[in-house]
Amino acid sequence: MLTKPRPIRLKGRSFLALSLTPELPFEDWLAGLDDLAARSAGFFLRRPVVLDVDGLDIDKADLRKLVEDLNSRNVRVMGIEGARPSLLGPDMPPAMSDGRPASDFEPPDEGEAGEKQDDAAAEPVVAARPAPTQALASLVVTEPVRSGQSLFFPEGDVTIVGSVASGAEIVAGGSIHVYGTLRGRAMAGTAGNGCARIFCRKLEAELIAIDGFYLTAEDMEPDLRGRAVQAWLEGHALKTGILG
Amino acid sequence: MGKVIVVTSGKGGVGKTTSSAALGAALAQNGEKVVVVDFDVGLRNLDLVMGAERRVVYDLVNVIQGEAKLTQALIRDKRVETLYLLPASQTRDKENLTPEGVEKVIAALKKAFDWVICDSPAGIERGATLAMRHADVAIVVTNPEVSSVRDSDRIIGLLDSKTLKAESGERMEKHLLLTRYDPARAERGDMLKVDDVLEILSIPLLGIIPESMDVLRASNLGSPVTLADEGSAPARAYFDAVRRLKGEALPVTVPGEKRGFFGKFFGRKAA
Repeated sequence: MLTKPRPIRLKGRSFLALSLTPELPFEDWLAGLDDLAARSAGFFLRRPVVLDVDGLDIDKADLRKLVEDLNSRNVRVMGIEGARPSLLGPDMPPAMSDGRPASDFEPPDEGEAGEKQDDAAAEPVVAARPAPTQALASLVVTEPVRSGQSLFFPEGDVTIVGSVASGAEIVAGGSIHVYGTLRGRAMAGTAGNGCARIFCRKLEAELIAIDGFYLTAEDMEPDLRGRAVQAWLEGHALKTGILG
Repeated sequence: MGKVIVVTSGKGGVGKTTSSAALGAALAQNGEKVVVVDFDVGLRNLDLVMGAERRVVYDLVNVIQGEAKLTQALIRDKRVETLYLLPASQTRDKENLTPEGVEKVIAALKKAFDWVICDSPAGIERGATLAMRHADVAIVVTNPEVSSVRDSDRIIGLLDSKTLKAESGERMEKHLLLTRYDPARAERGDMLKVDDVLEILSIPLLGIIPESMDVLRASNLGSPVTLADEGSAPARAYFDAVRRLKGEALPVTVPGEKRGFFGKFFGRKAA
C-alpha cells in the first residue's frame, strides 16, 4: 500500500576532531606520542582523530604503516587531510578537506593523575581556567541576494539587509533574518539546530526549512503572503506566524 | 579612454540588439565616437538592425584569429559618421571567441572610441560572460514580466561576480532599461508595474521604452529607431536614456502617465 512518502531528512552535523600532524622520522614522533599517552591513559580514547600529512614526503606504504602504528596504540584515524590521492587506498581512512581551525586541545600535564589533585583542592575552583566563551558567528549581507546565488553559512546566523530573489538560496546553521522580501529559499538550523528561526519583512518565499522540516510556497497559509513573518519549529512541525 | 558598456539581459527577445543599436546611434548623433560590437556569434542580428548586412566582409572572430585587422572589420554607418559596427561571425563556432582575443579587441577599441557598446547574446554562457567581462557599465534590458525579471536578476548576480571589475573588488555600475512597456496592459494589470520591477532588481532605472510599432518598423528598415524617426516615443525614450547614461539627472516618466504630474516620478531611482 502506498501512503504519503516520508521525505528523507538530510542534515549536516559537525564534530570536533583532534588533528595530529606527524613529523619525519615517524619513529621519533611516535615515541613522543607514546610519552604523551603514558602521561594520560585514554587521552585518545573515543576521540575522532584526523591525520594531517600535508607537506610530508612519504609514499603509500609509509602512510599505511603509520596508520597501523597508530591503530596499535588505540588511536583510530577517521580521516586523512592533505594527502595526495595517490597516497590513499580503498582500505585507508578517507581523505578530508575544508577543515576549519578550532581551539587547541590541552595536552595532559605531567603527573596530572596523582599529585595534582591535592593542589587543585587548595586552589579556588573559579581561578582554574575560565571556560572560553566564544561569540556565535554571524554573517551580515548588505546587498540583495540574486537569483542563482547560494549563500551557505553553517557556522551561525545570516542577516540580509535587502531582498532574497526568486531562485536564490540561503543556508544557515543558525537563524535567518531578511530585512526585505524573501522570494527564494531559506533553510535555517541546517546543522541540527531546532531553535533556529526564519524572519522576513515580506514573505514571498518558494521554500522555508528549519532543521530539515520544510514548507513549500503551496503549503504556506495564503494570508501570510506579503506580510512580515517568522517561522519556528515546534516538535516536528514548522510553524509560521505574523510578526509584530 | 572610452567607456565599455555591455547590453545584457539573460532572456532572449527582450530587446538587447534593438537597444544596443538605438543607444549607440543616439550617442553618435550627439557627436560621440561609438562602436557597437555584436557578441552573438552564430546568430548575429545587429548588422540587420543597423542596416549594414550587405557590407560585412570581416567579423569579430576574424579579428580575434588574426585573419583581419580591426580597421578592416569595422563598418562605418552611412547616416552617422561617428557610428561604427563590429559584426559577429555567422558561420564560425562560438568557441573561437577566446578570452585573450576579446581582451585585445576591447583594449584596441577603447583607445579609438568614446563608447564601446557590447551587444550580449542571450543566456549565461561563453558569449554572454565574455561580452560582460571587460565592461565598465552594464545596461540590463528587462521586459515587465516575471521570467525576464528573474533572468535579469541572475545576470546582475553574474555582473557582480564574473566581471573583471567585480574580481578586482570594484563595483560594476548597473542600469535598468525597461523595454516593451505597454501602458494599456500595465493599466489592466497584465504586466508587472515599474515599481515592482525596481523593487525586485534594485538597480537604478535608465529609462522606460514603450512598446511601439515604430521599433519593429525601424528594425525591418535596417535603421536604429533613433535614426528612423527621431520624434517617435521610443526614440525620445532612448535619447533621454543616453542623457542619463552620460550622468544627467533627468527624471524618468512612465509612458502613458502625465509628464511631471506633481513631480511624482522625480528621482525615481532604486538603491
